[in-house]
Amino acid sequence: MASKVIHAIYNDDDILLNAVKAVRSEHYHIEEIYTPFPVHGLEKAMGLADTRIAITSFMYGLVGLGVAILMMNYIMIEDWPQDIGGKPSFSYIENMPAFVPIMFEMTVFFAAHLMVITFYMRSKLWPFKKAENPDVRTTDDHFLMAIDAGSKDVDEVSRFLSETGAIEISLIEKEDDH
Amino acid sequence: MYTLPNKVKLFAIIFMVVGAIGMVTGFMSAPSSTEEVKEMMASHGDGHGGDHGGDHGEAKATHGGDHEEGTHMSEEEHLEHVLHQLQNRPWSALYIASFFFFMIALGTLAFYAIQHAAQAGWSPVLFRVMEGITAYLPIASIIILVLLVLSVMHVNHIFHWMEPELVNPESDKFDKLIAGKQGWLNTTGFLARAVIYLIGFNLYRYFSRKWTLKQDSAEPGDTRWFKRNFKLSAGFLVFFIYVESMMSWDWIMSFDPHWFSTLFGWYVFAGMMVSAITVIAMVTIFLKSQGHLEFVNDSHIHDLAKFMFGFSIFWTYLWFSQFMLIWYANIPEEVTYFVTRIEDYKLPFFGMLAMNFIFPVLLLMNSDYKRVNWFVILTGIVILAGHYIDVFNMVMPATVGASWYIGLPELGALCFFFGLFVWVVFSALTKAPLLAKGSPFMKESKHFHY
Repeated sequence: MASKVIHAIYNDDDILLNAVKAVRSEHYHIEEIYTPFPVHGLEKAMGLADTRIAITSFMYGLVGLGVAILMMNYIMIEDWPQDIGGKPSFSYIENMPAFVPIMFEMTVFFAAHLMVITFYMRSKLWPFKKAENPDVRTTDDHFLMAIDAGSKDVDEVSRFLSETGAIEISLIEKEDDH
Repeated sequence: MYTLPNKVKLFAIIFMVVGAIGMVTGFMSAPSSTEEVKEMMASHGDGHGGDHGGDHGEAKATHGGDHEEGTHMSEEEHLEHVLHQLQNRPWSALYIASFFFFMIALGTLAFYAIQHAAQAGWSPVLFRVMEGITAYLPIASIIILVLLVLSVMHVNHIFHWMEPELVNPESDKFDKLIAGKQGWLNTTGFLARAVIYLIGFNLYRYFSRKWTLKQDSAEPGDTRWFKRNFKLSAGFLVFFIYVESMMSWDWIMSFDPHWFSTLFGWYVFAGMMVSAITVIAMVTIFLKSQGHLEFVNDSHIHDLAKFMFGFSIFWTYLWFSQFMLIWYANIPEEVTYFVTRIEDYKLPFFGMLAMNFIFPVLLLMNSDYKRVNWFVILTGIVILAGHYIDVFNMVMPATVGASWYIGLPELGALCFFFGLFVWVVFSALTKAPLLAKGSPFMKESKHFHY
């Protein structure tokens, strides 16, 4: 089944932001917005839910901390205890200050890398992925808002969009392949 | 214009009076002879007294600084030693509390200078709050200078190195290490430096305040005073970062004259900044709750809370950097510092880490919590208490050793200076409009949105 999408192109982020508010107040459904740079406050205007990546980051950090503790305990205490600077490694807690930098680094390492991987997975990005960009100008200086035309009257929607400051409006019929 | 509410006035007076009573009682109840010490130790109950003595002997062995190594102390010598510690206690308590509030005012001044030098767009709505807090600086400077002069005049003996016997090669108390540091640690230089530091800080405070007021009444478009303030602030920050380090060597590190740490100045600086920003946030939230500062929004509080969070971590980073290197290297003359603290000050030493690091990190990590006012206040109270204990840990082990306790002299001095601080700060807030309207960044600051 083919679906109809209207692409409205803007050339200023402030105009875009106001347009988003107007479009939402008319209860049109915004499918996606493509921008050349992160627009401050856009996700709020679109009514997107807050990201939960911070929570995953905290949990990954805890995993990293845990891994560091287990790793250092195995390497330095259980497997091959050494006497370093008159501090024999027989107990983890007594040698803990020496392991704090590693614990810290592993926390950061796990939080950062796993967070990036999570982000890629959630945004369906992977190496050699073909860009899903409807218009190359959105990588330069234009902003594109894709609105689901669905059962709406296309002409009416187009007129409304041009009132919000869109410089170019086009109707796209696309095959529903996903 | 803000007018000083009577409640705040009364609140401050009550704290000052109660604090003064506590301090005076502390001074009166300090023993004057070894007999009294004996009595006091006996009346504390067997368990406690015994414990005390036992701990003390051990601590002495590692202390090393005060007496020649290897000498075994007789009972009488021990009592004498405890007597000196107990006599030092009210003075140290007074010094710690006065330094703590001095540090808050100075930290705020540095933060304020950073805002000017960076031409920050978010903070001008808070300038008057910061100026209010720094109004405490001149008074704090005088108090601290008086305390230092009293120490130099041997009214108290909290600065051990000031004892002339220690640098006299003829004396049997001669201390080679302290004598070797005489080039820096001598009372003349000590006082001269103190005067230079304090004059420098207060001059900047005086002119920057004057010029922001002038900027308020300047013609629109005339940013002369703003530009002057920018230059002065940049210059002051250079002065401050050198002098703050030396100040912390002089006024805190020299309590342990044998010990040294190269990042001590930074460490004190971090504690200073986090306490100062916490106080800025608390005063702002208080004024807002009273219906003032309507131009301060959630995002400003959020930014202050981010600074509280960030500087708490920065403080911990420096604390740990100092601790780990000394712990790992285990050089006797360096490690005694932490040995005395861990043996005699276990609870405050580790408790402060929880209060200054774990608590703010967990409470202020979530972005939303940084805008919840009572959350910021709650965390702020813990941070301030934690940094008071931090100063306590830096001073007390050297002056009173194992005879410490957070009792009447400590709480009294803390209450007194708290009352004085509240009084001075809130009186200063009434002296100018709460909005520094002349700042060219005022519009940006009012619209600041995170």
